[in-house]
Amino acid sequence: MDALIEKLKGQIIEQLNLAEVKPEEINPDSPLFGEGLGLDSIDALELIVLLEKHYGIKIEDPKDGKTIFQSLRTMAEYIKANGKS
Amino acid sequence: MIFASYNNIISGLGFSTDENYKAILNSELAVKKTILPFSTESFCVAKINEADLKTHFSSFENTERYTKLEQLSILSIQDVMKQSGINPADEKTLLIYSTTKGNIDLLEKNNASHVDKNRMYLWSFANVLKQHFNFKHTPIVLSNACISGLLAIIIAKRYIDSGAFNNVIVCGGDILSEFTLSGFKSFNALSNEPSKPFDANRVGINLGEAVSTILITNNKALAKPYETQIISGFSANDANHISGPSRTGDGLFQCLNQLGITNKNKIGFISAHGTATPFNDEMESIAIERANLSSVPVNSLKGYYGHTLGAAGVLETILSLESLKNQTLIKSEGFESLGVSGKISVIDSFEKKSFDSFIKTASGFGGCNAAALFSKL
Amino acid sequence: MNNIISYAHIKNNSVSVNGTQVFCSEKNTTLPEFLSEAYKSLGISYPKFHKMDLQCKLGFLCTEFAIKNTNFISENELDKTAIVICNSASSLQTDKLHQHSIDDKTNYFPSPAVFVYTLPNIIIGELAIKHKITGENAFFVSEKFDVNLIVNYTELILNDYATSAICGWVEVDEDAYEAFIFLVETKNNTNKNTIFKPLNELVVTQIYNQS
Repeated sequence: MDALIEKLKGQIIEQLNLAEVKPEEINPDSPLFGEGLGLDSIDALELIVLLEKHYGIKIEDPKDGKTIFQSLRTMAEYIKANGKS
Repeated sequence: MIFASYNNIISGLGFSTDENYKAILNSELAVKKTILPFSTESFCVAKINEADLKTHFSSFENTERYTKLEQLSILSIQDVMKQSGINPADEKTLLIYSTTKGNIDLLEKNNASHVDKNRMYLWSFANVLKQHFNFKHTPIVLSNACISGLLAIIIAKRYIDSGAFNNVIVCGGDILSEFTLSGFKSFNALSNEPSKPFDANRVGINLGEAVSTILITNNKALAKPYETQIISGFSANDANHISGPSRTGDGLFQCLNQLGITNKNKIGFISAHGTATPFNDEMESIAIERANLSSVPVNSLKGYYGHTLGAAGVLETILSLESLKNQTLIKSEGFESLGVSGKISVIDSFEKKSFDSFIKTASGFGGCNAAALFSKL
Repeated sequence: MNNIISYAHIKNNSVSVNGTQVFCSEKNTTLPEFLSEAYKSLGISYPKFHKMDLQCKLGFLCTEFAIKNTNFISENELDKTAIVICNSASSLQTDKLHQHSIDDKTNYFPSPAVFVYTLPNIIIGELAIKHKITGENAFFVSEKFDVNLIVNYTELILNDYATSAICGWVEVDEDAYEAFIFLVETKNNTNKNTIFKPLNELVVTQIYNQS
């Protein structure tokens, strides 16, 4: 799980162009949206692309994203439960 | 005074304004589920009939030398030139072209067109129109997302007010493309059914293709079609987010607030942008209420045409002029029950009404907004 | 009386402000590297910068350089600040990226973060967001930098619709790039570090060709 979380940090930083954020600065349990990383609506859509591209998971209803992307940890747990790769 | 004059609409509902207005009164929709060449998936879009275009353009030579958008634009502008009799080569005549993507189909890997790829450049596309009609001046090309059409009309008024021109042909157009469909799909912004502006069950937009042209002029003789002038028009930015509108409708409110409305009871309706995305319609309702215009009936024409991008502002203004001329409020197609928190009154059936003015609004990616007030003389 | 109070020009891996070079990179630096270095040299922290496409980064930086050391933002009513930008390639650079992402049906991942930049006026949105500028907008496309178009329209706007303006040319097209931004005010703003030139075609042509 920890390895996946570290991998996700790198992927998120790259996919969302968070150039000024260092992996060690991301707390896996902090909210991704709102405070924490302060991601926005386009980032939310990009995370859906990320899941499909890197993990083969297709999210049919973007509204599910709210729970899946609550934090890095919830995202990793979802991938562990649903991922193909 | 600046007048809204002769015009043309080419869309899935016909090749003239007349045809389009009659179709609207008949509750015909340009949007329908369609299988497009690039996908097995069906999209709910408004497409212009290819066979009809071929027929209309058949009198021209070397049709393969023109892209689809060029053919449509030539036909649309030609109709307006014919109706108005104005001389495109005149010193004081200008063409303003509004588009978001122009000849974007030329970017496609398998595009088999014989047209020079250089025509991807919007100025090069506009130059085709300049050469064809022999406009004296280089056309002005405006590419400002979905407010382009309405903004082009507003800019036309400003140029005429300044004395620089007497006649400005404003043409707005965009074609359906995999480029745009895939992009809006990635935003999860598309609806697979005909869209429902302002409705509680709205889920997203339909894309539509159209080209629309209107003559804006200071020549009173050319005011004949509508005897209607453009009173005022403005654009403003939300300064909030590049794709999401301001939750409090700041930019649109700023535009509406500046229009100089003295008696809102005389305003027949607001032709809203009404794309049927959850966010846009919500924002518009809030801006309308903030501007103290809750009592003015609202419609969106996108339930009939889908979102025609660069053409939208022009097409929807023209139909609003028809509405004003015929003293008939156009039903906001797709609307059943209010699904926005701003207090607005959506037009849910065609209605004869006595009124002398209307407001047109538009909003777009990049946080831009525009609004204009039109009034009978 | 409309006055140009500051201008910046970015081309050939070099940034100049009011005619004086203020930053440059090595000749063989790529555009993304150059933009990154120029951003660092400004000493600002604006995370949204990294999400922008190359054209918006270029236009954003050019404007920041023009604004830096002036009080353009604090002294003007930002709801009456217009932004008028032009180029010849609209958003073609990013259009090609988006098209590429949909060309191969076996590797089909269109990105909303890319698609949003396939409209040239997004640069206006980025500038508006950074500085809370809510005035008039216009993005024009012309074959070359059309001094006549931009000066005429800006003058027109400043008569009745704005009291200040950010104007210019911002373009990334294949390997070529250039940004030229000038700031215009209608009132007498006695601020050091600004220049004071009348807004007209001759002056704009002059300062554009200067560096």
